[in-house]
Formats: sequence, structure tokens, C-alpha cells
Amino acid sequence: MANDLARWQFATTSIYHFFFVPVTIGLAFLVAILQTVWYRTDNPEYKRMTRFFGTLLLINVAIGVVTGLVQEFEFGMNWSTYSRYVGGVFGAPLAMEGILAFFLESTFLGLWLFGWDRLPKRVHLACIWAVSAGTMLSAMFILIANSWMQHPVGYKIDKQGQAVLSNVWALFVNPTFVWGYAHVLLASLITGCLIMLAVSAWYLRKREHVESFHRTAKVALIVLIPTIVIQMSVGNQLGVIEAKYQPMKIAAAEAQWTSCQPCSFSVFQIGGGANDKTPTELIPIPHLLSILATNMWNGAVTGLDQLQSQYEQKYGPGNYVPDVFIQYWSMRVMAYLASLVLLLAVWGGWLLYKNRLRDSRLFLLLCMWAVVTPFLMNTAGWLLTESGRQPWIVQGLQKTVNASSPSVSATEIWISLIAFVLSYIVLAAADLVLMLRYSRHGLAHADSEAAEPGGPDTAVPALTY
Amino acid sequence: MQLHTIWFIIITILWIGFFVLEGFDFGVGMLHRFVGRSEIERRVCINTIGPWWDGNEVWLIVAGAAMFAAFPGWYATMFSALYLALVVLLVALFGRGVSFEWRGKRDDPRWLTGWSWATTIGSLVIPLLVGVALGDLLHGLPVNSQHEFTGNFFSLLTGYGLMTGVALVVLCLLHGATFLALKTTDEVRDRAGALGRVIGIVAIVVNIAWVAWTLVVIGHGTFPEPTQIFGVIAVIIATLLAGSANDGWAFVASGFGIAAAIGQIFISLYPNVMVSSTSHAYNLTVNNAAAGHYGLVVMTVVALLFFPIVLLYQGWSFHVFRRRVSAPPPSSG
Repeated sequence: MANDLARWQFATTSIYHFFFVPVTIGLAFLVAILQTVWYRTDNPEYKRMTRFFGTLLLINVAIGVVTGLVQEFEFGMNWSTYSRYVGGVFGAPLAMEGILAFFLESTFLGLWLFGWDRLPKRVHLACIWAVSAGTMLSAMFILIANSWMQHPVGYKIDKQGQAVLSNVWALFVNPTFVWGYAHVLLASLITGCLIMLAVSAWYLRKREHVESFHRTAKVALIVLIPTIVIQMSVGNQLGVIEAKYQPMKIAAAEAQWTSCQPCSFSVFQIGGGANDKTPTELIPIPHLLSILATNMWNGAVTGLDQLQSQYEQKYGPGNYVPDVFIQYWSMRVMAYLASLVLLLAVWGGWLLYKNRLRDSRLFLLLCMWAVVTPFLMNTAGWLLTESGRQPWIVQGLQKTVNASSPSVSATEIWISLIAFVLSYIVLAAADLVLMLRYSRHGLAHADSEAAEPGGPDTAVPALTY
Repeated sequence: MQLHTIWFIIITILWIGFFVLEGFDFGVGMLHRFVGRSEIERRVCINTIGPWWDGNEVWLIVAGAAMFAAFPGWYATMFSALYLALVVLLVALFGRGVSFEWRGKRDDPRWLTGWSWATTIGSLVIPLLVGVALGDLLHGLPVNSQHEFTGNFFSLLTGYGLMTGVALVVLCLLHGATFLALKTTDEVRDRAGALGRVIGIVAIVVNIAWVAWTLVVIGHGTFPEPTQIFGVIAVIIATLLAGSANDGWAFVASGFGIAAAIGQIFISLYPNVMVSSTSHAYNLTVNNAAAGHYGLVVMTVVALLFFPIVLLYQGWSFHVFRRRVSAPPPSSG
């Protein structure tokens, strides 16, 4: 019971946290691009847009930071047995994240936010790039830590029976990390682009500030089109890596109970799940699963039943099959939405080429609604990754059921779960209200801020907060 | 020197850094409603810490992560033992963290007042709870031979832990007052200075009482350690200088006072990292809670290479925004 609750809490808080993380990574990068264009061209439109999207970024950073604290504390609070066992390996990237990424991100964000009139233009531009680098480094260390749970490398078990680091470099070249990190960075960029596109589309549809928001829509599309294309192939490669090291994860994503060669991919299925091994598969696409899982036309995929008996031989009795329903559908939600985003991006590129972007009201309307897709895709992606790792907390080393804190009772977790959920609802509501209000009325605000007294020679700095 | 000991020192430095830096913005957070009487004055107070509070808070995150990496056993036992206290701490961190970014984003007076109280309460609760946690490490909590906590929420509320929390809150108040006096002008500055003197007197009394209690808890005789004497003297100097023309020195003195307070907890603790009140045989120590040797070597290299860079750019950020903050002239709104 306490273990299940701890899982619910970790899943809830980390899914919530990851609503904000990709927004921060993606927008920080795009704001840095806008400011770079302003620096190069000296066109004040880009300064306006830098400030406008910079404020949207800041509203999100606040919530991303505080929800990230929960994640860091939860390992010790809820998963003390895990932390004691693997902290010597898993803790290292977290500590490196603090020293290399968090200080960089937070210090330079302060410098950027308060430094508009204080710092030379070039230095101020460097500050936002430092923020962007900080957000990306932070994701790097988290992905190193997470990938170690998916595919543990570079460690040994010491005399006390604890996992200790034996080769730090192995963590950095872990194939699960290399491809997983690329996948997360691209997903964050896509998230940032779709937000920037949605806000721009809203203004373009209303025919307000058309000159400014046509530029940002253009920047968003130019970044989005190659990113989504690369992302789909990176995602495919990550699937191949996972099929190699965590075959259960990919077999479950296809609800593939029996081994197959070649393997087809079902577009939809009816039924399926833990107790239904013969769901009705609709629209099978021949060879597609073979390609997705192995990169080969006739690649073989081992079925869940065979894997289960292999694992029982290796690790003893138990159920080693992850939740097939979650795997099957999270995989599809992610892939299908990505295809829609790709179509949208290509359409946008064509409109841009024809110089008709501002006139296509249907396209702009779809762009506004497309803002929900990255959040669904990101969540589905993590469900696929994390639920697909079960029953392991560290693949092959420790089971989730054995990893929680013995001293923390179910009652205590109920209290914390309710406290976190209530706090998160309030934070989400306030964040949403602020984001929407600011998106609608923020431009005037950004203009007045830019006009506030300041400058290196005056005694009165602008009051930013 | 053993790597375990080096990492104990690094973690001590991180906690000192956290309280010396975030300490003043806790103080400013608690005091801003009282030092600033109008909305614009309160904004001035908040903006004195504006560029830094986030970077300051990172010291807490890094301290926690360093404990996880270098002493997994310590991190595991401490964070699971303090479970409910940390839940409250996190909720306070949410409220305070977003209050700074969000308060100015709407002009509604109720919105402003609400977030202003979130800043105030968060700034009080966080040092109080962290103080209780650090005090409990030294006082001891019920921990068994497997290094698992066996108590409940109320076992955390030890007298000494609570006293440590109160002492740190008062020291943060003093540190915040000397910081505000250093960073503002005119009436706000005068009020902060005057408040600093009053808080300082309370801080002297509380600090001496707490140091005396620490001596009782560790049972090392009645003569105070050098760090403890140094801390008491620093707080006295800060109080004497508060509200004078020597703003800078008052702030330096209150900073040393807070550094000595955290320092004395960890110096008294060593070589334990967490005392067991069940039996001293079950104490967590720098040896039995540490990570493997190779991992500590890697972390030491990373810390030695990159920490100086962090100090350089954080220092630069303090230099960039060194000027006092005041309200803009009325015409510019």
C-alpha cells in the first residue's frame, strides 16, 4: 500500500514537473535566438518580442524550479532503500547538476532579468545563452541519472552490498542516455516552438501586432520543421536501443505476447491489457514493428511470454511484464500526435513560402489548439519510458516494490500526496491565469517596461518584481 | 585527509553558504511588510534580493544533492525520517518561490497582498524547519541498527531542534535587516536600521542561550568552542553597527554570525552525521554513511574544477547589482 502510494506520488509529481521543464528549455533557447537577432539587426521589434516571450519564460521557470525541488527530495523521502543502495552512483549526476547547471541557470537568469539596463548588450545577450545552456545541462544530468535506471552501467556492488560508481565515463556514453537526451532536448524545442507559434497565431488571427508576431511565428516554424523531422528518427533510434536493453518495454508497447519475425505494427487495437492476450488488432502495417524495434526489414521481436520465462529463469519467480495497456497507448499517443505536428509544420512552411501565413485563418486556429499536443506527447513519452521499466526501479538490479522507505507510513504519504496535489492545483491555476493574461495583454506591459527609467547613468534601477 | 572528511567539510560549506546568502533574503522576506509601509516600498524591499534569491536557493539544492552523492546513507535516513517536516518545507518553498515572480504580474491589491504574505510566511517557515532538521541531527532521533528512523512526526519536535530553528530565524531576521539597510535609501533604510538594533538584542540573547544548550547536548564540558565564541561576538558587533553609517560592516558581521551558527552545528556533529537517540552504536557517521571511494574522487574533481567558477560568477552578479535600490520618482510610475 505505502509502496503503491509512493509510486503514485512520484508519478504525479514528476509528470507535473515535466509540464514545465520542456517549456523552460524550449523557450529559453527561442528567447536567446530572438535576442540574438535583435543584437545582430538592431530591429526593436525583436527586442519587444524577446521581452514578451522572456516574461512567459519567467512565469514558467518559477514553477519548474519549485516542483523540481520536490523531485530531488522525494528520492530520500519516499525511496530511501533505493537511495541508500544506489546513491553512490545515482547521486553523482544529481550533485553535478547542482554545481554545473542550477547555479548557472539561476544566477544568469537573475543577471538577465535585472540586467537589461545594467549590462552591455553583448554581455546581456551572453546571459540568456548561459541560461539556455544551464537548462540543457540540467536535463543532461537528469537524463544520465534516469538512463542509469533504464540501463545501469559503470558501477559495481561493493562489500556492503551497495552500488558504487566504478566508471563515470560509462554513464556519459550510455546509449540509452545519448539517444534519450537527444529525444528530450528535441521534445523541449518542439514544446517551445508550439507555444511560440500558438501565441503568435492568436495575435495574427486578431490582426494585432501583426508585424511582430509574424516574425515570431516564422522563427517558431523555421525551428520546428527540422526539429520534428529529426525528432521522429531519434525517437525511432531510441526505440531500437530500448528494444535491445529493455525488450519488455518495446514488446509491451506493441502488445506482442508471442515472438514474431517479421513483425507488423497495429494502428489500433480493441481490448488488450494485462489479462487479454488476444486483442483485436486493426489495420496491421506489415514489417513496421520490425523496423521500429530493430531498424531491419525482417527484424525479430521476442514476445512478452518468452521474455517472461527468460526473466523468471534469470531473476526468479515474479511478474516481469509492464502494464501493456499504458505501453501500447502511450506509444501511439506520442507517435500519432507527432505525425500531426509534422503535418502542421509542413503546412506552415508552405504558407510561409507562399507568404500567406497571416491570412490562413484555419491554419492559425489549428496552431492555437496545437499547443496542447506537446504536453500530451511529453507525458506519453515518459509514461512509455518509466512504466515500461517496471517492475524494476533499476533494470535488473532492484525492484520498485523493494525500494521505498520502510519508515514512512501510508498515512504519511496520503498527507503528502494530498498536500502536493492541492498545492499543484493552485500553482497550475495561477500559472495558467498568468500565462493567458500575459499572453493577451503582455505586449503593452513589455513596452512599458522597456520605457522605464534605467540606463547605466541613472541612480534608479527598474523595479522588476 | 580522508575523502569522507573532505566531503563533510564541503557539505558544511554548502549549508553555511546557503544560510549566509539565502539567510538575508529570508530576513528580507519576513521583514518586507514591516519595513516597507507602502506598496512601492515593499516592492523596493523585494527588489533588493530580486536578482539573487533564486541563485541563493540553489545552495540548498546542491547541499541536498551533495549529501545524496557523497553520503547516500545520510541522505536516505535523514530525508525519510523528516518526511512530514519536509512536506511542509516544500509547500513553503512553492509559495515563496513563485511569490517573487508572480506578485508583480497583476495590479490587483488582493493578489499583491496574498503573494506578499506567501513571501513572509515562507521566509519564516523555511529557516525554522531547516533549523529544526539540523538541530535534530545533533540532538539525535530514534534510529535503529539498520539506520531506519523508528519515531513519528512528534519525535522530530525535540526541544533543541526547535531552539535551533528559532535561533536561525532570529539570525536571518538580523541578517535581513542589515542587508536592507545596506541596499536601500531614505526612510526604508532608517527603518531597517532601527529594526536591526532591536532584533540584534533579541538575537544576542537567543544565540547565547542556544550555544549554551548546544554545549549541554554534546556534553563536552562547559567551555564554549572558538566558533561559538566567534559567533556570539559577531552578532554583538552586528547589533552595535546596525543603523549606523557602517552598513557594510554590520552586514558582514551578521553574515559571520550566521556562518558561525551553522558551522558550530556541523563541528559539534563530526564525525557523526546523524546521531541516534536509541543507541550511539547506531549513529550514522562519515564512515558508515559514505559512498564508494572512486565516486568521491570523481565528485571531488568536479567540485574543485567547477565550484570556483560558480563562486566567480555569483560574485560578479553581486558586483553588477551592488547599487542601492530605491523607489523610482513618482512621475515615471
